Amino acid sequence: MGLLYGLIAVGLALIFGLMDVVNFAHGEFLMLAMYVTFFLFTFFAIDPLLSAPLAAAALFVLGAAVYLVIVRFAMRAKANVGMVQIFATFGLAIVMRGLAQLFFTADYRSVPNSWLGGKTVSVAGIYLPQPQLFGALVAIAAFGGLYLFINRTDFGRALEATREDPGAVALVGIDKNRVFALGWGLGGALVGLAGAIMATFFYIYPDVGASFALIAYVTVALGGFGSVFGAFAGGIVVGLVEATTALILPPSLKSVGIYAVYLLVVFIRPRGLFGSM
Amino acid sequence: MDKQFVERRRRDLITAAGLAAVAAIVPLFVKDVYVQNIMVLTLMYAALSQSWNILSGYCGQISLGHALYFGLGAYTTALLFTKFGVLPWFGMIAGGLISAAIAMALGYPCFRLGGHYFAIATIVIAEIGLLLIQNWDWAGAALGIDIPVRGDSWLKFQFTRSKLPYFYFALVLACVAWFVTWWLEDSKWGYWWRAVKDNPQAAESLGVVVFNSKMGAAAVSAFLVAVGGSFYAQFVSYIDPGSVMGFQFSLLMALPAVLGGIGTLWGPLLGAVILIPITELTRSYIGGSGRGVDLIVYGALIVLIALARPEGLVGLFSRRRKEATR
Repeated sequence: MGLLYGLIAVGLALIFGLMDVVNFAHGEFLMLAMYVTFFLFTFFAIDPLLSAPLAAAALFVLGAAVYLVIVRFAMRAKANVGMVQIFATFGLAIVMRGLAQLFFTADYRSVPNSWLGGKTVSVAGIYLPQPQLFGALVAIAAFGGLYLFINRTDFGRALEATREDPGAVALVGIDKNRVFALGWGLGGALVGLAGAIMATFFYIYPDVGASFALIAYVTVALGGFGSVFGAFAGGIVVGLVEATTALILPPSLKSVGIYAVYLLVVFIRPRGLFGSM
Repeated sequence: MDKQFVERRRRDLITAAGLAAVAAIVPLFVKDVYVQNIMVLTLMYAALSQSWNILSGYCGQISLGHALYFGLGAYTTALLFTKFGVLPWFGMIAGGLISAAIAMALGYPCFRLGGHYFAIATIVIAEIGLLLIQNWDWAGAALGIDIPVRGDSWLKFQFTRSKLPYFYFALVLACVAWFVTWWLEDSKWGYWWRAVKDNPQAAESLGVVVFNSKMGAAAVSAFLVAVGGSFYAQFVSYIDPGSVMGFQFSLLMALPAVLGGIGTLWGPLLGAVILIPITELTRSYIGGSGRGVDLIVYGALIVLIALARPEGLVGLFSRRRKEATR
């Protein structure tokens, strides 16, 4: 489960952690990805495994569009940029929830009988649910890919440079909006992957994003802003803590452990585990 | 202290007194209960947002967890009344003091954090509070508390027949929150807070005790919000954890201040007067179908205002004033 949190958080790590832009609609991105998966499954009988790239592509477009239409202008604000970003994306989140209610209704939906859903695999006598296991593998791959992408490609360097000093990169011919739009698209695509896998074992409803989004913020902050590896480590810590808390406390309190660990970590290390900002 | 500034502050005070007087007369002409209800909520949000503005606007410590203090106020009052028969008036004070104490206790470790780390810490703390209350059987757990009706009286602060007493109390609350802000704006604390917001290092080097300034702002802010929470509990006479302590509520509390003008004296009031009626009207006129259209309109409005006027709507009314406040 921890790696799944990691997978949800990785897209946010890119947007929130690397570009330092607050996205309060992250949970709604996830919700939409789950619906995309659901509809592809219901109407075209495309299994979530196969539709995952489609969900990722859809969310790539959404992410880039959100940046170009909303966030670009929010970042331009002269006064209290942080609050403007928070509330512009929060407003977007409300709109998206409203749209989901309007078009998809508030019913709980699920993807039954997918290739992975409900099946388990036994590893050394321990039964692991397949969707979660697969999600974990995708998460590792996504983190690895993102890590290489950020550190080894020109685009990754351009992204980091743009965050550091948008004025200077303009001088060397990097278009800030292009870089950030691609960054948002990529962040969206990663959430798309997460949503496709989540759809196989989680109910889908308009408010589904909210609970995961908060944990995703905590995961990113726990790992430390500006660090992909941090978000990965954050995801694992969150998963482990949740599992441990579930043993001691009633299930309804399992998130308390996660939150408490976040507080403990930032009180000791105000920059998160591996943060650079 | 230049003369213009003193003049402006006096004008602010007179304007506020005038507005309060007008507001006090309005319900004599407006008898519609639904409209009165909206007015009560507007005033309550104005007060809450004004209180939030003290910590987050003036002092620059963006808190996204103020629902915690609101919930504490509401729960303290409701629990004291239903379990021990303590009058809500005492519950209100108790809730305020408890919240202020907790705000300072939490501020002690939290104020070392910067930026997003601080904001997320405030969310997380409020969320822990929410989960604890939801699982606390004695306090009604997830079902909440139904405040029993014991007849209309000012003593018990319960009125079933008329909304007017609530209206006047909300008005007083909004005035108090406004006045506290007005008074603090020109006090030693007010200057410290703005210095802390703009540049904590420079403020520290000039002898401002940054840490204590933040603690003071947190305590005042939490106290006022908790009183608002107590009021809300009496007003709706039923509270449950999600509706008084949820994360959404922390944002809704901050919203009027942000839209009106964060860190300004008139911003929260202006924001609340515009936003709350729109929220309530969209909810009742197009939200009845439960199909989310009200959410779409409401959300789009927030996005538009945030993008179009990042410095807040206050700037529309007077540009000079904003410069003077700086």
